[in-house]
Amino acid sequence: MMAELTIGFLPLVDACLPILAREHGFAEAEGISLRLLKDMSWATVLDRLLYGHSDAAHMVAPLAIAATLGRGRPAQPLSVPFVLGLNGNAITLRPELADQVCPKGQLGDPREVGASLLKVATARAQQGRPLRFGVVHRYSSHNYMLRYWLAASGIRPDHDVEIVTIAPPFCTDALDAGEVDGICVGEPWNSVAVERGAGRIVLVTAQVWRRGVEKVLALREPVLEARHEEVEALVRALIATARHFVDPENWDTNAAILARPEYLDGSAELIRRAIADRLLLAQGEEPIHFPDFMFQYREAANFPWVSQAEWLYTQMVRWDGGGFVAADAAKAARVFRPDVYRSALLGTAEPLPGASSKVEGSLGGPTVVGTQQGLITMERNAFFDGRVFDPADLPGYLASLP
Amino acid sequence: MRIAIVDESASRAAVIHEGLAALNDCEIFVVTERSGLVKRIGEIAPDIVLIDLGNPSRDMLEEYFAVTRALARPIAMFVDESDDEAIAASIDAGVSSYVIDGLAPHRIRPILDLAVRRFNAFTRLQADLAEAQGKLAERECIDRAKRILMDSRRMSEPEAYAELRKTAMNQGRRIGEIAEAVVTAHKLMGGA
Repeated sequence: MMAELTIGFLPLVDACLPILAREHGFAEAEGISLRLLKDMSWATVLDRLLYGHSDAAHMVAPLAIAATLGRGRPAQPLSVPFVLGLNGNAITLRPELADQVCPKGQLGDPREVGASLLKVATARAQQGRPLRFGVVHRYSSHNYMLRYWLAASGIRPDHDVEIVTIAPPFCTDALDAGEVDGICVGEPWNSVAVERGAGRIVLVTAQVWRRGVEKVLALREPVLEARHEEVEALVRALIATARHFVDPENWDTNAAILARPEYLDGSAELIRRAIADRLLLAQGEEPIHFPDFMFQYREAANFPWVSQAEWLYTQMVRWDGGGFVAADAAKAARVFRPDVYRSALLGTAEPLPGASSKVEGSLGGPTVVGTQQGLITMERNAFFDGRVFDPADLPGYLASLP
Repeated sequence: MRIAIVDESASRAAVIHEGLAALNDCEIFVVTERSGLVKRIGEIAPDIVLIDLGNPSRDMLEEYFAVTRALARPIAMFVDESDDEAIAASIDAGVSSYVIDGLAPHRIRPILDLAVRRFNAFTRLQADLAEAQGKLAERECIDRAKRILMDSRRMSEPEAYAELRKTAMNQGRRIGEIAEAVVTAHKLMGGA
């Protein structure tokens, strides 16, 4: 009798690992059987996790921390033993706005696009018609990445521009109808907007922070403790799936599986773009290759660094207000569980970092890092404005931000 | 007490509405349109919002509540933290609710309980309907399979039915499945 785990998800390309772990038999090989539960809003994914309809969930990383701290729901501690991937989101603007701030036929430079956008945003704010951007959730990396880039470009979120929440499937319609001027959303929804001529992709979030944490696997802490062995089996199944996922041999098959009605219910061709890091930025152009677009598996990408959780907490303080609270920072840091990742993979061929926390954005080029087992070479992991996040001094970092 | 029911299924919204109509001193507003939802909720200024769990607009609505909280109109998800059982029942039923903080629990509970009962009743209705439709479709399929056997193997109607039933018993399957197989095979062989 196999242990069954139910995993909640939203139909996005980055729900790929749990889906493919089930479809390719990687879960079964670890002695667990996965049931996937699809929903249409993060609110519902979270409710089902908190009230036991699901055992684990595909989740925007900041939401796992927000739930732990009791923002918008009664507080319930969540645990993240595995990061489902880095980045994979883009910023897509209405074509006429894109033409004002970004050269055609390529991704923009975040500094240059930011500088041009500052002019447009200022003019629009003075006319009383501020630019409006859509993000998928208040507690999403999309929101934090977009705000990080805007603020570093001299554009004050909530003052100079408006930021609203839109469910990913409605993003294209909102661009089309002029309800928003730009969106920051995951795939395939940027590509859908491009396909319909409603938008042009100008930046990808990997340009804002080259190794930004995106979706995580979240469980309630008591569930993780009670089902430790099954969770470790799940971590092993997911890492095997991630290894399989980055092999170009498997891209067509994986895109076809993800496109099925019970999963993303979309176009395999569009889904394959994100998988292959080849994006079509605008109608009628040739796809461009951006190798870091949706970062998976390499450089221990799935390792839950405590410093990632701490960075997310600083952004929560930055944009929610309420000030820095040391006890909350400690709670947020405890959400990410590198100890579980380690115990699951100890003795396998998977490399394990030596540390559980790192200075984010500090690497300028390939760097061999200390490991517990195996070899890891980390590439450049910079923030676009050159700032460095040192988890040793969270209040200092917060004070240094614009 | 102002109650907003948000549901893209107009028929379910009507079922909930009807259930709540029995309550005293409640004004009920139904919103089935996705566009302009937040604006509409702002106009209604409800004390309680009931919204189906699967509704894709929930994140947008929660954001609106979070923003209005900044305007000192706090909204608590569900009732309060001590009421896990009620929350679990509503999630099971597929309804979520947002309640203005400070509203007395004894005023909230009857509304939530009613909504949960109504949601469950609606789900049962749908299941019954689906089952009835399934039975009807199965009936039609069996009739077609009989017709195929009668035409191709020159059987009478009772003989054709007996043949289907015997095959089903031998294979340990439902007669509807066998009929479906006959119809499918006939189509593959170029039959109409």
